Amino acid sequence: MTMIRVENLKKSFGDLEVIKDMSTVVEEKEVICVIGPSGSGKSTFLRCLNRLEEITDGHVYIEGVDITDPKNNINKIRQDVGMVFQQFNLFPHKTVMQNVTLAPMKLKGLDKAAAEKKAYELLDKVGLREKAQAYPGELSGGQKQRVAIARALAMDPKIMLFDEPTSALDPEMVGDVLDVMKELAREGMTMVVVTHEMGFAAEMGDRVLFIDGGFIVEENVPKELFGNPQHERTKAFLSKIL
Amino acid sequence: MDAMINALPYLLEGLQITLYIFFIAIIFGFLIGLLMALLRLSPFKILNWISKIFVDAIRGTPFIVQLFFIYFGLNSFEYLSMDNTTAGIVTVAINAGAYFSEIIRAGIQSIDKGQTEAARSLGLNSTQNMRHIVLPQAFRRMLPTFTNQAIISLKDTSLLSVIGVADLTQEGRIQASATFQAFEIYLLLGIIYFIVIYLLSMLASFVERKFVLR
Repeated sequence: MTMIRVENLKKSFGDLEVIKDMSTVVEEKEVICVIGPSGSGKSTFLRCLNRLEEITDGHVYIEGVDITDPKNNINKIRQDVGMVFQQFNLFPHKTVMQNVTLAPMKLKGLDKAAAEKKAYELLDKVGLREKAQAYPGELSGGQKQRVAIARALAMDPKIMLFDEPTSALDPEMVGDVLDVMKELAREGMTMVVVTHEMGFAAEMGDRVLFIDGGFIVEENVPKELFGNPQHERTKAFLSKIL
Repeated sequence: MDAMINALPYLLEGLQITLYIFFIAIIFGFLIGLLMALLRLSPFKILNWISKIFVDAIRGTPFIVQLFFIYFGLNSFEYLSMDNTTAGIVTVAINAGAYFSEIIRAGIQSIDKGQTEAARSLGLNSTQNMRHIVLPQAFRRMLPTFTNQAIISLKDTSLLSVIGVADLTQEGRIQASATFQAFEIYLLLGIIYFIVIYLLSMLASFVERKFVLR
């Protein structure tokens, strides 16, 4: 089943054309890793997938529903599309537990007991049950990001978007977050991951998209894209980072 | 000293009026401020302008002129005329509302955009985002400036004596002219205001400590 279909996506900020023309398809249970130089439009691409950025032109379909059509309720669609941010964006005035239970209680009508039961399961999964009553300010970066993942998973999303989830972390914290993401991928979550972690992309990616200059320059299985890149720009980028 | 002791019961009666006016006006002022801040931040140009014109008009004119306009000016229209206490409450509320609106707007804008993005990405709509994520954080940040404006508004209520509201200042004026002990009476008046404002600040810092942003 096709989870995400992107058709001729364009996105401009004023005169600046960040995404010139991108089309791709993400199937159920696929893990797509998006790589590319900074400023290439890869984060903007990801943010168009749940319309955090207004789409200038083209279409994005989530499970067949066109999110660029204002008649479709974007808030409802977003409930199925979890997102994890580089800067975590946990709610600092709420405890870890409240961060995780807020959306299910407000949007799915779960009562407190049910929401907390679910939250404990998710906190177990990310290894942070004992931090349930802590505030985000009391956590390390890696812990914050794992809570952010639990918070997104609490809505039972069908797709998870990751926007450079490990870029703001101290190196020793990166592994814990990647482990959680790997487990999620193995469980069959459909994931789109913008990342600089080439190891993760090579190991977990079903496909890797190389984005540069507002286009998807090349997309392939990781073995091919990393081992046998077709385009000059892909080769140049990989030679710099590998 | 005797003059002070004799005047005290009258002044405390006036203090009740002052506090009554202050609390009602501050509550309505806050609601006006919240409404105006949300209009100002709304995506609709026309609503932005309504808010901007309101705030500029209030900030650009003296309190006493606003008071005279609302009490005497609106008196020309039968259905808008009100007694002096009501006019006083309305003026203080509107005046405080304009300043609160700027405080609330700045408070909302000081909250990192990532907070809204995280909330919206979970599926919260913009109202739920404001109510559960942005405003609770913004209010904590606003508390010190908010207290400041509340104190200014409390002091502004003393100007209501000019239109004959029997507030603390008006009682003081009556006592001063009745006893010819202006020094003692006005000293006492100042002390009472000082104590009330001091208690108000203490309450505010207590609340601030209780809701400290983690």
